[in-house]
Amino acid sequence: MATPSRAPGIAPGRLSSEEIAANFKDLHAPYAAHEASVAADRCYFCHDAPCVTACPTSIDIPLFIRQIQTGQPEAAARTIFDQNILGGMCARVCPTETLCEEACVREAAEGKPVEIGRLQRHATDALMARGVHPFTRAEPPGRSIAVVGAGPAGLACAHRLAMLGHDVVVFEARPKPGGLNEFGIAAYKSTDGFAAAEVDWLLQIGGITIETGRALGAGLTLDGLKAEHDAVFLSIGLAGVNALRAEGGDRTGVVPAVDFIAGLRQAEDLSALPVGRDVVVIGGGMTAVDAAVQSRLLGAETVTMAYRRDRPAMGASVYEQDLAASKGVRLMFNVTPVAVHGNGSVAEVELAYTETVDGKLVETGETIRLPADQVFVAIGQSLSAVPEGVALEGGKIAVEGPGRTSMPGVWAGGDCAAGGEDLTVTAVAEGRDAAMDIHAALSA
Amino acid sequence: MADLTTDFLGIRSPNPFWLASAPPTDKEYNVRRAFEAGWGGVVWKTLGEAGPPLVNVNGPRYGVVHGADRRVLGLNNIELITDRPLEVNLEEIARVKADYPDRALVVSIMVPCEEAAWKAILPRVAETGADGIELNFGCPHGMSERGMGSAVGQVPEYIEMVTRWCKQNYDRPVIVKLTPNITDIRQPARAAKNGGADAVSLINTVSSITSVNLDTFSPEPSIDGKGSHGGYCGPAVKPIALNMVAEIARDPETYGLPISGIGGVTTWRDAAEFLALGAGNVQVCTAAMTYGFKVVQEMIAGLSQWMDDKGHASVADIVGRAVPNVTDWQYLNLNYITKARIDQDACIKCGRCFAACEDTSHQAILMKPSRVFEVDDSECVACNLCVDVCPVEDCITMEQLAPGQRDPRTGQVVPAEYGNWTTHPNNPMAKAAK
Ligand SMILES: Cc1cc2nc3c(=O)[nH]c(=O)nc-3n(C[C@H](O)[C@H](O)[C@H](O)COP(=O)(O)OP(=O)(O)OC[C@H]3O[C@@H](n4cnc5c(N)ncnc54)[C@H](O)[C@@H]3O)c2cc1C
Ligand SMILES: Cc1cc2nc3c(=O)[nH]c(=O)nc-3n(C[C@H](O)[C@H](O)[C@H](O)COP(=O)(O)O)c2cc1C
Ligand code: SF4
Repeated sequence: MATPSRAPGIAPGRLSSEEIAANFKDLHAPYAAHEASVAADRCYFCHDAPCVTACPTSIDIPLFIRQIQTGQPEAAARTIFDQNILGGMCARVCPTETLCEEACVREAAEGKPVEIGRLQRHATDALMARGVHPFTRAEPPGRSIAVVGAGPAGLACAHRLAMLGHDVVVFEARPKPGGLNEFGIAAYKSTDGFAAAEVDWLLQIGGITIETGRALGAGLTLDGLKAEHDAVFLSIGLAGVNALRAEGGDRTGVVPAVDFIAGLRQAEDLSALPVGRDVVVIGGGMTAVDAAVQSRLLGAETVTMAYRRDRPAMGASVYEQDLAASKGVRLMFNVTPVAVHGNGSVAEVELAYTETVDGKLVETGETIRLPADQVFVAIGQSLSAVPEGVALEGGKIAVEGPGRTSMPGVWAGGDCAAGGEDLTVTAVAEGRDAAMDIHAALSA
Repeated sequence: MADLTTDFLGIRSPNPFWLASAPPTDKEYNVRRAFEAGWGGVVWKTLGEAGPPLVNVNGPRYGVVHGADRRVLGLNNIELITDRPLEVNLEEIARVKADYPDRALVVSIMVPCEEAAWKAILPRVAETGADGIELNFGCPHGMSERGMGSAVGQVPEYIEMVTRWCKQNYDRPVIVKLTPNITDIRQPARAAKNGGADAVSLINTVSSITSVNLDTFSPEPSIDGKGSHGGYCGPAVKPIALNMVAEIARDPETYGLPISGIGGVTTWRDAAEFLALGAGNVQVCTAAMTYGFKVVQEMIAGLSQWMDDKGHASVADIVGRAVPNVTDWQYLNLNYITKARIDQDACIKCGRCFAACEDTSHQAILMKPSRVFEVDDSECVACNLCVDVCPVEDCITMEQLAPGQRDPRTGQVVPAEYGNWTTHPNNPMAKAAK
């Protein structure tokens, strides 16, 4: 491997395009057929399997794995899609180490779970490769539902409603559907344009129209949508970002991590994408890890993740922490940014050490300065464009049962709704369940 | 160090592991390499009459049943006896025997059921200096259609007749190889003994179709879209073979007749089980065909280690040790009462015991909160299914209720004395206890 370019500041082409291509290939390569059958044979077909309980969409995991065992990955995929229409994406992005695979009895037995995520990918890839869509629409009962936001929650809701025979219009602020599948997920988890291909495949059900460039709060109103449709599902994610509240936090080179990642995901040519020589990422969640790892993969010389609490409190799973470390990211704990120094552009980040005193996080007084050409801020996203009249809870849309908001005829799910983890699979589950509830309400 | 040498019918070999008559023993090249690898003896691939050699199919001749990770569990073949000229085989046998005097070399023979045919071949085999002959009355495919192989092996009168011809025309040991494709294995064994056989060997292969191609609807292995039943062997047939060996070993009419155990021997453990059930040695085919000749090294080392661990000095010391423990159902002790016990520390909470017992047995496993599985003694009949399906070894065990304890299922106190069906009150034919 050639030495990465040490050009100062934020520069493109730190690595050759071949190196970048190799760095951004699939994190987990797809199984070859024999590998899949060996992996599938490890499943015990547990009674009332704990992995199913651990899956937010309750996929019948032992059943689909058995279907792989018997040589029918396409039938296995059908089992998966019955519960989770974005089973293909979930197979790639779910933190299985804290979901199904954590619950696998073989994890308890030998610390080596059945590789459910990769098996799920094997199955869903097999069916999607056939280019067929396994579901059809019920006879149209002729109701019309507006879905706001074409991320996993919105797409899952739209698909289930379409299956039940309804007509769905999805309003999406961005120029492309997919939500964070398209703009947020790490590039090495969703390779080869999978997010867009999955949306195209999902839309084969029919009955779903996606209108891009149409945003609630900028042209669209909730009252308007309610007037034109029989029900509304809000799945607008968390479009706002929490800003860095430190002196100099507005210097050039300090950017929200999600913006960096969105740019990366949409880049035609990653070797043309500029990245700092010294990068500091503020935060300790999945977004922080993704920004840090992908900076390294683009060729940043040093990348530091600065997290204000200790390791166990970190949002990123141990698996993700290890992944970051394996890519050469330095993890710092108990440090919080107090200032961003530089002359117009960022040059250094000043961090204060922290400790927990009487349950409260306080600065120790000691600080450290890290060189930085680029600072990615990943300290959380927030709800924006909330329509008036919809009750909130902890900064998110308050929901009851399967996504019912305080406003009759309006449901919500995914990251924008209170409750549940902010995960793709949770968004899918909430979208699907809200669709069932909408259908029940409209059929009543 | 345990002594692995065996003396089977006066034929000595450095260990009890012989290669069975099959492709591994079809020619000098193979047999020399097998001896170099450590095999104690071989039974040469079955010879037929002089004349134009027979032909095999020219498409696939083997089918397979795989377990996890394509592990070979069962093999099926439609191969015939040797397809090389008799003269070539005899010359090779003579050369190999001369070079390996310490190894057992037995020649398998199958010729038509006419005395002349046997009289013609036996002196020629004797000339090679081979240690003995094995009469192949077993092949279930191809040769049986020509009145040989299992066509003879299924008719005890023929077995007795041909065996007698051989004993009259050959002066070294005669082993009769039996087919398992028969209802009562004791009948052909008795016939062999009556004909003067020095030993029986079993089992030959089990008639089988391994699979059906669901695109072409042809049985596998498929020869131009058609298939023929073949002979099944390998690990899958071991339980069948063990039972048949035991049946002969404990039959008063054949008691003491030497047995060469065949069928699914893959490890030292399999071999030890055959020996314990009365076999004087074992023969192996599929394991060698799957893993090559080197597998014998594990068998030799493993048997030796086990014998040392258990203090068995020689192979002869273990032969037949399990035979007295093979009995009829009616003599099993009905007062031996056990209950399943689940080791909660070892349990990984898969729930397979629950599914098995709840759905198909006696609803004796309770699933408690947090996936804790417990046995309900008042329902457990001790069937052992949970033990068998549990993926964790020794997690579920069977524990005996001591005499004097009350069995919560029946409410009865466990009797101290042995009691079987023959004296059980529910048995209309029960003999009154003395
Ligand atoms: C960088 C990053 C990495 C992540 N990695 C993972 C991962 O590996 N695994 C995992 O399970 N989860 C991951 N997540 C979380 C996961 O992506 C989200 O939980 C999931 O996408 C939530 O789905 P959603 O449909 O609720 O929202 P989103 O995916 O955010 O979709 C919301 C959609 O609504 C649109 N929208 C927003 N406002 C409006 C409006 N006013 N009008 C119209 N449309 C609007 C947005 O443009 C967007 O398309 C990650 C998140 C981030 C930020
Ligand atoms: C391909 C093949 C050919 C065989 N040919 C013969 C044969 O010619 N004569 C014979 O007595 N047994 C023959 N057998 C049977 C074996 O000698 C042996 O009895 C049988 O395979 C069971 O042993 P195993 O389970 O170790 O394979 C053959 C078996 C196989 C697999
Ligand atoms: S031994 Fe049989 S009856 Fe008893 S608990 Fe196990 S499966 Fe149930």
